[in-house]
Amino acid sequence: MQSTLTDIATAMAGPPPGRTLDVEDLAVRYGASLAVDGVTLAIEPGEVVALLGPSGCGKTTLLRVIAGFVRQASGRVRVDGAVIDHLPANQRNIGIVFQNYALFPHMTVAENVAYGLRARGMRGNEVKTRVTRALDTVQLGTFLDRLPRQLSGGQQQRVAIARALAVEPSILLLDEPFAALDRNLRLDMQIEVKRLQRTLGLTTILVTHDQDEAMSVSDRIAVMNKGKVEQFDTPVAVYDRPKTLFVNSFIGTTNLLSGKLAVREGDEVIVSLDAGALLRLPAPGDLSIGEPVLLSVRPEQLTLCSTPRPDNWRVEPGLSLPLGGQLVHEVRAGDGAVLKIVEPRRGVSSEPNRIFCGLAPDARPALFPRAT
Amino acid sequence: MKTALALRMKGAGYLGEWQLALPLTLAFASLFLAPLLLLFGVSFFNDDKLTEPGLAQWGKFFGDPFNYKVIADTLLLGVKTVAATVLVGYPLALVFIDLSARLQRVLLFVIVMPLLLSVVVRTFAWIVVLGHEGLINTLLLRLGLIGEPLKLLQTELGLVISLTQIEMPLMLLPLISVMSRLEPNLRDAAAALGASRWRTLFTVIVPLSMPGLVAGCLLVFASSTTAFISQTVIGGVRLIYLPLVIWQQSLVVFNWPLAAVASMALLVSILTVVAALSYLGRRASGAIHG
Repeated sequence: MQSTLTDIATAMAGPPPGRTLDVEDLAVRYGASLAVDGVTLAIEPGEVVALLGPSGCGKTTLLRVIAGFVRQASGRVRVDGAVIDHLPANQRNIGIVFQNYALFPHMTVAENVAYGLRARGMRGNEVKTRVTRALDTVQLGTFLDRLPRQLSGGQQQRVAIARALAVEPSILLLDEPFAALDRNLRLDMQIEVKRLQRTLGLTTILVTHDQDEAMSVSDRIAVMNKGKVEQFDTPVAVYDRPKTLFVNSFIGTTNLLSGKLAVREGDEVIVSLDAGALLRLPAPGDLSIGEPVLLSVRPEQLTLCSTPRPDNWRVEPGLSLPLGGQLVHEVRAGDGAVLKIVEPRRGVSSEPNRIFCGLAPDARPALFPRAT
Repeated sequence: MKTALALRMKGAGYLGEWQLALPLTLAFASLFLAPLLLLFGVSFFNDDKLTEPGLAQWGKFFGDPFNYKVIADTLLLGVKTVAATVLVGYPLALVFIDLSARLQRVLLFVIVMPLLLSVVVRTFAWIVVLGHEGLINTLLLRLGLIGEPLKLLQTELGLVISLTQIEMPLMLLPLISVMSRLEPNLRDAAAALGASRWRTLFTVIVPLSMPGLVAGCLLVFASSTTAFISQTVIGGVRLIYLPLVIWQQSLVVFNWPLAAVASMALLVSILTVVAALSYLGRRASGAIHG
């Protein structure tokens, strides 16, 4: 391990291969309840994976098991194929950045970054060189002697990142690292972390409840709910092809239309909506004819027009709000459902009386069974 | 209406800051400061009838090498008690912050309990425990660890043991209050960086809990050096500390001026140590909490 993480020249020549991280059938029990319930994730070298879900879904617990702070009831965690479950946190060589950064308040920036190096028995000039290099990487080279409380939130986070990276961890864990930053700074830091991670080729796991953050920073997203992974896929797939109703509702905004599976015609089915329309859709695998269904349609997959057709339905216009480059309409369907429709502001049809709602031409709505 | 109320409240707050402190100030001035000055005044009389002003008693007290030994013994007793409470109390505080909220409440009650009992009761209880046929000796004899009973009563060891228990709340309460405000992620962060538990303890937890530790040491030191009842009941008359000297001079010999001088000596020697400790404490906590 002569190469240092922050050696940009080496990184340009090709990032060092990251480690694989395998979580196998992991369960964590808190008292009578399962905080993590049979989670399996195979994470590729150099990949950024977001654990995304509402609070209490087990994502932070999963992260703490990987870090070694919490012991699992069953299952295994492997780094590069080797089981690490028996190792205490201080022997795992896994870097972690906490939401509140957890910088040591009585130590200077340099001492904070040197902490892990000293704990590994490194002394003297080597510590100094590595600390300087780690801080240069996060552009804080001139802040060596400051105390954490003399830094802004963004700077503190950079120190926390430098501190985690200085020891050259095999895996980097980020626990809601951007949650405490204001909006603009958050975007800057997301870009910076992504850049660093790319340069270093470091396998990274990010815990977040912010879906935009998960979408923009990660290569794959594990959507978690009630201790289980509902879907583990690329951001685009999670958004466009949600596997479960939970994923569908948690990621992005969606409209849920209730209806019934009416007829099957080869590869297609006709869905009869309660709002009064017949839609022809690709046949779902696991639904039978006559079954009540929920049709999930993203706001940008709906359009309005002024002529009635069998595959559109009458709505009552409500509010229309400009939102940046888009126009958001809120309309009420015949069955009482309130729908959100998003259109680009430019090129909006100027037809009057656009009171019929239908699917946009390229819409790919998802069908889920409806509990009755 | 709201504004008027706010204004009135603001006005009241402005005036009230010193008005609210008035009762305590008066009590403090009449019940503490005035007697202290009186005591100081009494020390400048040569005779116990307070008729002849002079420095004779100061000369007598500080001319006797025995009194220096008493001062040193008194301060040393404080140091030993502080050391023992730190050695027992610090690990207990570490255990405390890791407990569940419910167990914390139970332990806190156990910790505070000594404060709920009269000092006389506590002290006599220690006589039962430390006595020739007391709990400790009986236990050690039964276990075959000692051949004959240890002499614990009327020894400094026995006194330090009982003072350690009696003063423990004063060490634990400030320590626990500082330690439970420590950011819990700091320990995880240190572990993730490769630090062992001992390294984490000495590089993170101890430095950050220093303000509580110093406050606890101050309280225990000041309280144990002046614990007249425990010192005399457990230590007996063979162990002589300044509070005993003051009691003998004032209520046995009725030499009030000498008792006053001894009181001043006790006050100043304790204040010196307390000032030094709190200076160090301020420097330590200044480095941490700015």
